[in-house]
Amino acid sequence: MEENNNTLFTVTVYSENQVGLLNQISIIFTRRNLNIWSLTVSSTVLEGVHKFTIACRTSRRQIEAVVKQIEKRIDVIKAFYYTDDEIIYQEVALYKVPTDKILDDNDFESLLHRSNAQILEINRTFAVIQKTGHCDETKQLYEELSKYGVLQFVRSGRVAITRSTVEQVSRFLEAQEERREEIERK
Amino acid sequence: MTGSEAIIKSLIAENVDVLFGYPGGQIMPFFDKLYDYQKELRQILVRHEQGAVHAAQGYARACGKTGVVAVTSGPGATNVITGVADAMVDSTPLVVITGQVSASLLGTDAFQETDVLGITLPITKWSYQIRRAEDIAWAVARAFYIARSGRPGPVVLDVTKDAQIGILEDFKYEPCSFIRSYIPVPTLQKSKIQEAAQMLAEAKKPLIVYGQGIILSHAEEELMALCNKGGIPAASTLLGLSALPNDFEHYKGMLGMHGNIGPNIKTNEADLILAVGMRFDDRVTGKVDTYAKQAKIIHIDIDIAEIGKIIPVDLGIHADAKQALGLLTLLIPEGNHSEWEAEFDACNAVERKRVSLPEIAPSEGPINMGEVVDMVAEVSKHSAIVITDVGQNQMMAARYSKFNQSRSMITSGGLGTMGFGLPAAIGAKIAQPDRHVCFFGGDGGVQMTIQEFGTIMQEQTGVKVIILNNNWLGNVRQWQELFFGSRYSQTRMLNPDYMMIAEAYGFAHRRVTERAELREAVEDMLKDNRPYILEACIVEEGMVFPMIPPGKGVTDIMLNANEWYTDGRK
Repeated sequence: MEENNNTLFTVTVYSENQVGLLNQISIIFTRRNLNIWSLTVSSTVLEGVHKFTIACRTSRRQIEAVVKQIEKRIDVIKAFYYTDDEIIYQEVALYKVPTDKILDDNDFESLLHRSNAQILEINRTFAVIQKTGHCDETKQLYEELSKYGVLQFVRSGRVAITRSTVEQVSRFLEAQEERREEIERK
Repeated sequence: MTGSEAIIKSLIAENVDVLFGYPGGQIMPFFDKLYDYQKELRQILVRHEQGAVHAAQGYARACGKTGVVAVTSGPGATNVITGVADAMVDSTPLVVITGQVSASLLGTDAFQETDVLGITLPITKWSYQIRRAEDIAWAVARAFYIARSGRPGPVVLDVTKDAQIGILEDFKYEPCSFIRSYIPVPTLQKSKIQEAAQMLAEAKKPLIVYGQGIILSHAEEELMALCNKGGIPAASTLLGLSALPNDFEHYKGMLGMHGNIGPNIKTNEADLILAVGMRFDDRVTGKVDTYAKQAKIIHIDIDIAEIGKIIPVDLGIHADAKQALGLLTLLIPEGNHSEWEAEFDACNAVERKRVSLPEIAPSEGPINMGEVVDMVAEVSKHSAIVITDVGQNQMMAARYSKFNQSRSMITSGGLGTMGFGLPAAIGAKIAQPDRHVCFFGGDGGVQMTIQEFGTIMQEQTGVKVIILNNNWLGNVRQWQELFFGSRYSQTRMLNPDYMMIAEAYGFAHRRVTERAELREAVEDMLKDNRPYILEACIVEEGMVFPMIPPGKGVTDIMLNANEWYTDGRK
């Protein structure tokens, strides 16, 4: 894929669960005046390991340096960066729209169907619609819903999973476990 | 046992023998317990917390052990920030203990509460807040392991008052040797060393540029062996000075803005540059766009974030310098590049004639800065530990001191902290009491931490304080003359009588205004182990040359204010 100084990279950071890690990671972006486009924190399949997913527009050279500096932090286990073609990623968007407007419209149901969106909750005054997808898709639905008057809109940070068949963090932790045993034997 | 005692027992378990500190409200339980451990742990009361952290830096760099500091919360903690930032960029192992308000008060803007973690996270290798006495042994063990392993750096432990007074049922100290998320020393990749050996074997004009990483990994002998076997010239960064002795045949001098002409010029003629334990600071590279474009570059560093950060490399080797150079020396064939090495010597001979000799051996006029440095080097037989402040004094000390053993040059490189030198000299003297510790400071920098004369007095630390007094902030004045149209904005200093200050503290002292008195004064200073203040009244408009002006490349070298080095060509 074509890259420039404004390519969207997804950084994934695996860390121990320590207070202040978000701060430690975010200041590395701040120092270089890089704007974090989205950020998500979650647990992982590995016990005690947390995962930060950070999307940021910059150049490959910058993001490589940033990722090395993140990984240098003591409580960070591993950090990686990817372009969009290397990962499977999604965002969730919620839209709040007036109930009377959508009930009056015959197109609404087919719009939901076409967009692969669902109604999470509906009452006399408003309905909350949920859509999972890429940014351009959730944005398009926002535009299509705007004829009803969107009362509230929110989109989550991206979550991402690699296309790689190898789980690099698990391998790293296995190697570290061997190293621990070796050190303890000495 | 209280948490405070647990901290002290942990420090002793880590072989800490000296602590630099200053008491205050939230660290009082700890200092109270220190009262019972005066035999086991030497305690140095500084006069300002900045002094404590610079002294610990000087100590750590003079002997290689981790420097330890204890200060109170709030202003005590914020006063150590400059030194912590300095230690971070200059890779100095420190453990800094700051008091903190009780855990229940955190976040309430309590008296002398400040967000120490928030402030120190960007400038430490690790920062941790201890809120329970039970966590002390674990956190201290981890702190020392992190501070001294891999690329060393400062660690801050912020200890709440309730953790200090908390009662522990049992205390067991286990040193830390493993952290799951941290690999201090990477496994040596032999294939990469083989590749480097191949590149070195093929090079016609190889050049080794090295930094403090050589000293930190104890790789001095390996570096020397590599230079000897391969017949390879080597040049040092400011912080790498003293890793190789000045009289070593392959040593070609210092790199950078006020470095030697040979290594700077030849950087842009070498066909292979092997960089070891250095980080291509802008004071070394000058303009990056014109730096060593013709050369293949191999970069060996223990910190992978340094590899490719500034200069794109042909071969990056993430490794400990000692291991990497040891294996590399085995794998390279014997070599000889005497013609190439002679080119360095020719450049340096021009520098000696045009710049150095006029600086250190003038026939008339006021005393020069370099002259004083040269005299101290000569009288001390090149065996002193040289400490500098920042500015012209630093560059002159770096240029004209000579070293015959490692860990003999202690200076604030990356941060360039004025006021660093005097307290750092105290720490260095405490670490190496049997060596002369000669501190070169300017009249500006000395006054930034002059309160530490009190510490010297109280401890009778035999530091030799050499004030190069030109009544100017000389380095800024030099830039003003060269680049700001001689507009001397806020650089003229009206100074106190340093001899009266020396009297007040009871130090032996001497002021030198005439060249003829210089040798005798330096001999008097170095004849014993007393604290001594030598004020050298030096030429007011002295400038440091050669100079690569800011924004210029490594071959753009000024010999003086009006003349550029031309290498015999245009």
